[in-house]
Amino acid sequence: MKVYITGDNVISSLGFNTEENMDNLFKGITGIHKIDRGYLSPEPIPAALVDSGKLEAVFSNIASPTLFTRLEQMMILSVKQAAESSGMDLQHPRSLLIVSTTKGNVELLEKDKKTNFPQERVYLWGLAKLIKDYFKLYHTPLVVSNACISGLLAIEVGARLIQSGQYDQVAVVGGDILTPFVVSGFQSFKSLSPEPCKPYDANRDGLSLGEACATIILSSQMQNIDNRAVVVAGGASSNDANHISGPSRTGDGLFIAIKNALSAASLAIDQIDFICAHGTATPYNDDMESKAVNLAGMQEVPLNSLKGYIGHTLGAAGTIESIVSVRSLLKHKLIKTLGFNTLGVAEKIKIISETKECELNNCLKVASGFGGCNAAVIFSVV
Amino acid sequence: MEELILDLKKQLIEALNLEDITPEEIDTNAPLFGDGLGLDSIDALEIILILEKYYGIKIDDPKAGAQIFYSVKTIADFVVANRK
Amino acid sequence: MSDQVMISGWCKINNSRILVNDKLVFESPESLDFSEFSKAAFKALEQPYLKFYKMDNLSKLGFLCAEHLLKHNPIDGKYIPEEIGIILSNAESCIDTDIEHQKTITDANNYFPSPSIFVYTLPNIVIGEISIKHKFQGENTFFIFEQFQPDFMTGYIQGLFDGGQLKACIAGWVDLSPNAKNYNAVFFLAEKSGGSEVQFTSENLKNIYNQ
Repeated sequence: MKVYITGDNVISSLGFNTEENMDNLFKGITGIHKIDRGYLSPEPIPAALVDSGKLEAVFSNIASPTLFTRLEQMMILSVKQAAESSGMDLQHPRSLLIVSTTKGNVELLEKDKKTNFPQERVYLWGLAKLIKDYFKLYHTPLVVSNACISGLLAIEVGARLIQSGQYDQVAVVGGDILTPFVVSGFQSFKSLSPEPCKPYDANRDGLSLGEACATIILSSQMQNIDNRAVVVAGGASSNDANHISGPSRTGDGLFIAIKNALSAASLAIDQIDFICAHGTATPYNDDMESKAVNLAGMQEVPLNSLKGYIGHTLGAAGTIESIVSVRSLLKHKLIKTLGFNTLGVAEKIKIISETKECELNNCLKVASGFGGCNAAVIFSVV
Repeated sequence: MEELILDLKKQLIEALNLEDITPEEIDTNAPLFGDGLGLDSIDALEIILILEKYYGIKIDDPKAGAQIFYSVKTIADFVVANRK
Repeated sequence: MSDQVMISGWCKINNSRILVNDKLVFESPESLDFSEFSKAAFKALEQPYLKFYKMDNLSKLGFLCAEHLLKHNPIDGKYIPEEIGIILSNAESCIDTDIEHQKTITDANNYFPSPSIFVYTLPNIVIGEISIKHKFQGENTFFIFEQFQPDFMTGYIQGLFDGGQLKACIAGWVDLSPNAKNYNAVFFLAEKSGGSEVQFTSENLKNIYNQ
């Protein structure tokens, strides 16, 4: 059974719908800007933020912003838009929503925000329940919370559930907001670059954080598709089993995920037209990925990272970057790795350094995260 | 110096969750990483935090820590040279 | 290839007790808090592993559950690393450690976020700790549910076995409230070829969970 992609929506620093985001990506425009010291961080840092004023204004058209947290507003808007554009009936008994997030409404742990909302909204099941109630969903949404691979892993889970015959349509929404909680944590790891990130570059010195929310609609039926259809051809997850925060020194964990995704998709490495990698621009992550790609024998496959445009969006990353990759396939257009100049990783890989048209049919999307987890999903035009 | 070395050992034991180890059992001059206490990259970042929290010394690049954190003695020398 | 997955063994930890396959393997006075209980339960394993003391409460709970489960139901050498998966779930994510991390940044004059606390503000780290100890490298996912969902877990995991992704899996629930006031872990070892006669069904999971 095929798993078709029949709709999507992206809300990020680059815009409030997928088209706006794609337009800015193709033009090489970044959403990462230096933000002053203040609420988010005691020192200035580059970050890619969603326009709060615009979010509130857009959300006000459908409900009162005071009754929903920022993340909930983004998730509701995103799911609504994606479902409407794809014709998905969210309330159907054979429809399911999967929520991917690392920290949910963690801002509600802050002293002065504690009583703004019922305590259960701090819990990810409480966030899922709120979204269920808003859309009057038949099923309680599944929640995947698995570090930075959540957004991609949720797509793998959604595809498996459609293939199991249990559901006809699955909407996957990935989202995370930036909070002092998250920013301070990455600062304690000294993993933030003082400048916008430079994936795979010899001078890379850390990641840039971003916030975003994206929804992708998966369906067992080919519907709402203009000409070429894209499917989730296969996916897999794995664990490095090496260290809880440091990437594997060999790349063997990510290699296992890549190998298994290829096997599930029944594709050979020379059929993959490009890899949209994780590319956070930390010294170790990018090195690890270069090793994994070489272990897979894919060092000649064009590879990019999108983190230079939208930052590392945590629970949204896998979802939003998958959508961008699918749109790249449909438009036959590769997006360059913004921030990259000179290759500086442990093993040679082929970085996409120019946005250009190219015949594209199959894309491998990968992600890695704290806890040693890895995910790989292949998207194919059929 | 003796007092600083003892303080550092206590701070290391607490911050790095070194169970069942007393300050007396930590060899001042022995390497901290590698075998010994089995410290890893997160521990190195925690040592950076100790320097910031208790001695007002900021290290922004974790790689610079490698030399400084060789042993309790090298950390103590660094503190004496740089404390605010 | 749709052989029924079986439960080779299970481990339950709550209220100062550890049961494996319905047998009490460890107990401590109920007056001990989780910190003391977990230390004693770890020492009872008689396996030195210094990393244990660096873990947060949620990871300690999950680690202990996996260790006691595997001690009594060993699978060493039976499978290759990528054939063994871990699928876990809970309701409270890592709220206990979230609160600890938030405390380190609440006061602007005493602002010292700690990497060893922050790294545990993700519920899947417990999967990482178990993976590292045993070199399990297969499919792994952490789900959040308001309550344990045996229907979903059995269906999803049976699918991973049927599709050939897994030959063994640690599956279950590992939940811990703020300050580790309440803790509850129930882990199942799922295999097709364990020689067990207990099927990995929703009904069996529910019964063992509720016992």
